Amino acid sequence: METTAKPESAHEAHGISLASTAEVGERQFLRFKRLNRILHIIMIVSFMSLALTGMTLKFAYTGWAAFLSRLFGGYESAGYIHRLAAVAMIGIFIAHIVDVVRMKKRLYPSWRSLLLGPDSMVFNKKDLQDLIGNFKWFLGRGPRPEYGRWTYWEKFDYFAVFWGMAVIGSTGLMLWFPEFFTLVFPGWFLNVAGIIHSDEALLAVGFIFTVHFFNTHLRPEKFPMDIVVFTGRMPVDDLKDDKPAEYRMLVKEGMLEENLVEAYPPIVIRAIRLFGWTALCIGFSIVVWIIYAMLFAYQ
Amino acid sequence: MKPLARLKIHSTLKCHRLIVRSFWLIVFAGLWLAPAFGQENTECLGCHSDKSLEGTRKGKKFSVFVDEKKFGQSMHSALTCVSCHADLAGKELPHAEGLQKVECGTCHSAEQELHTKSLHGKAIARGDALAPHCNDCHGNHNILSSKDQRSPISPLQIPFLCGKCHQEGSLVTAQRTIHQDHILENFSESIHGQALFQKGLIVAPNCASCHTPHSILPHTDPASSIARGNISKTCTKCHAQIEIVHRKVIRGELWEKQAHTLPACIDCHQPHKIRKVFYTQGMADKDCLRCHENRNLKSSKDGRSLYVQGEQLGFSRHSKVSCSQCHSEVSVSRLRPCETITKKVDCSSCHAELAQQYQVSTHGKMAAKNDPNAPTCKECHGTHLVLGKLSPNSATFATNVPLLCAKCHREGQKAAVRYTGSQHEIIEHYTESIHGKGLMKSGLTVTATCTSCHSAHSVLPKSDSLSSVNPKNVPQTCGRCHHGIQEQFELSIHAVLVGKTDKPLPVCNDCHTAHTIRRADETGFKLQIMSQCGRCHEAIAKTYFDTYHGKVSQLGYTKTAKCYDCHGAHDILPISDSRSHLSREKVVGTCQKCHSGANRRFAGYLTHATHHDPEKYPFLFWTFWGMTSLLVGTFVLGGVHTLLWLPRALQMQRQRRRESGQQNQGDKGEHGDNSKA
Repeated sequence: METTAKPESAHEAHGISLASTAEVGERQFLRFKRLNRILHIIMIVSFMSLALTGMTLKFAYTGWAAFLSRLFGGYESAGYIHRLAAVAMIGIFIAHIVDVVRMKKRLYPSWRSLLLGPDSMVFNKKDLQDLIGNFKWFLGRGPRPEYGRWTYWEKFDYFAVFWGMAVIGSTGLMLWFPEFFTLVFPGWFLNVAGIIHSDEALLAVGFIFTVHFFNTHLRPEKFPMDIVVFTGRMPVDDLKDDKPAEYRMLVKEGMLEENLVEAYPPIVIRAIRLFGWTALCIGFSIVVWIIYAMLFAYQ
Repeated sequence: MKPLARLKIHSTLKCHRLIVRSFWLIVFAGLWLAPAFGQENTECLGCHSDKSLEGTRKGKKFSVFVDEKKFGQSMHSALTCVSCHADLAGKELPHAEGLQKVECGTCHSAEQELHTKSLHGKAIARGDALAPHCNDCHGNHNILSSKDQRSPISPLQIPFLCGKCHQEGSLVTAQRTIHQDHILENFSESIHGQALFQKGLIVAPNCASCHTPHSILPHTDPASSIARGNISKTCTKCHAQIEIVHRKVIRGELWEKQAHTLPACIDCHQPHKIRKVFYTQGMADKDCLRCHENRNLKSSKDGRSLYVQGEQLGFSRHSKVSCSQCHSEVSVSRLRPCETITKKVDCSSCHAELAQQYQVSTHGKMAAKNDPNAPTCKECHGTHLVLGKLSPNSATFATNVPLLCAKCHREGQKAAVRYTGSQHEIIEHYTESIHGKGLMKSGLTVTATCTSCHSAHSVLPKSDSLSSVNPKNVPQTCGRCHHGIQEQFELSIHAVLVGKTDKPLPVCNDCHTAHTIRRADETGFKLQIMSQCGRCHEAIAKTYFDTYHGKVSQLGYTKTAKCYDCHGAHDILPISDSRSHLSREKVVGTCQKCHSGANRRFAGYLTHATHHDPEKYPFLFWTFWGMTSLLVGTFVLGGVHTLLWLPRALQMQRQRRRESGQQNQGDKGEHGDNSKA
């Protein structure tokens, strides 16, 4: 999702830095711009809704599913919520693509420079080096790699959405409009679409609520959660520590000061944490439910 | 030879007697003259008194011994042998074999003529080997008078004589068409038979009294004594005054003149089964009530109250029936007419058909074994206040039937305690069922009650093939009300005549249950029905739950295709049948019931698809395993990455804490130094 927020936020940061005389340490580094933060929040809501309503059907044989289905107002109402959330998800996807195109027009001379630049989400040589370096570090055979602005696992999560949109989105549309799609495809395509939709959704849900949660929120240095994606801001110390390569580059190019903004007041942080906790809890509950359904009630 | 006459007990008219007497005169005259015309009997007996003497006829040997003593006692003792064996007259003795048949008609021409026209005579003419000749009933050399009790044609013997051929198991009943059955048994139990056999009344009618001795004809023959037009004449031969008794019905002579419009005797009093009818004349209810209206009247034997509420009788269904009709065996002449009563009230005297049904039912069989729990007529119908099933106050009125049966069949009651089958809390379940609600809540008296399905008198367990609730009979039982459904069902694959299989086929109650029948449009029923189908169609029901339809219904919602939405409910047929809802011709229309835009390809959706069957659904199988591999692969990579990361990250965290702790201490130290400085 997030390609680069730097140029715009730099502009924003500049104004703030002029107005404020506060010390560097009291200001925070702006990692995500506003649009992307909003998109991520909408995405959480939509993804959770899709997961909860969809799983009631996938695990229809568990008591939990019947309970949830009832909670959503019955399977029909759950279906409406599912489709509404799906539309929101597609909306987010389109909004992001439009944003990238506009960004290219304003800030980059060519697609090549956008896709292959240092802030690109596209995998590059450093990601491979980081991956190998990371495994070496895990096994105690080297130092912790110096991660840049976007690490390889963040890029993986980002592209997973593209894959998911294509696979789950297309099959979902097929199940939504079976009468239309069977004008072209044979009926058993719907069965295949059903399996792909459901299993890919299971993969997405499982992956987001375990691997993504760990990588971003649960790993010890971030525990219990990292709220940067909601605030968009992170302490410079954290930046120094978590993204050393980026920090070095910002310092070297003298850009760090430009990207510093004032932190949110505590009340905002509290609200954000509440939202984060809710999302985490729902996510973990779904994981527990999936494990229960797969292990103890599988049919 | 002069003609010889035979006397019969049925010839009752005076003129007959006169003829008979004159015949005897002629007979004796003939006897006097006889020896002059033929060989002496002693000549014949010279050879035929030898017990070992044998003749041959059609290659078979038979005894030609003649018992002189018996012949001497016979009606024909005064006749010479050649009087009957006419072809030997004047022949040399000993004679050759192969005598002609004795022609009884030479003397008994009237009887001979009647016999020739009768059923028996016609059978002889046809060459029927089973047809009776004169000697089959009368004997040959030992012919006795019908008044002689030893004679086979004496009144007491006639039923046995006729019964030789007309009893169950004889060649005649087995090989010839006789429209009545158990003739001899029925006769012996009938009032006529009882009079004859038990009371020894030789004037009581026997077979020949009604059927005549020689002119036996089918009742369809207008000349027959038992033809509809002649019945009254036949019966009134004995029951001369019967018309007075039946006056109300027959208005005198109409009975005989308009036999075709009025009932004939046999319409009420079945042939061979004629029973005693309890019209004890002169015994008025008033006489009984003189004692029985006393509230304190008690039985001297067991102390039970013998009090009868006189006015109750008036309201009852039996208001026109007098006490003594049910409490039979009263003796009007006694001071206490009832003291001669030995038997309990026998309802079967009038309600014979229902009693027969009851006797084969479980209730009746128990009663026959003197089981104290067995319900008899009065347990359900009451005694003096017996009311018809159409009277709302009657225990057998539709809305009261469940409560009546509940007396024994409610859980914990005597019948329920003995019962070992699978149906429990029958009454409670019935009350909650659609039938029970229809009856008890909506007050619909046409609703099915216990007796509608189990019958009132032929109650039998399900296992009995005669039972109305035997699987074989259930569609018909339910079809008595749900006829349209029965018609559909009997054309479906589940019907015995259509679904040719060894496996047990479902009947109504297998899907709808017996006592907990619910409305088919109730959510509970709709969800339950799928597991009902699944009891037999196990595999296919399971795969249904793998599809969208199945999953939605598993969540407890009914607005989705269930078994019967596609396959039909009662008219289920294999998809190869063009009448099936899922046949090629009809399947798109079936889908369109819910999916209005459905097309031919849409109908190709696999409604019972499973991804567990690589043979049948290879695409689904490999898609599933492809997706599962992707899932497992991604999780393994992600999981390994995470699990390796975690210990290292923890270690790093601990190290940083230590470092920051040291730094903090260092900062404090620096600060302190500064302050000193």
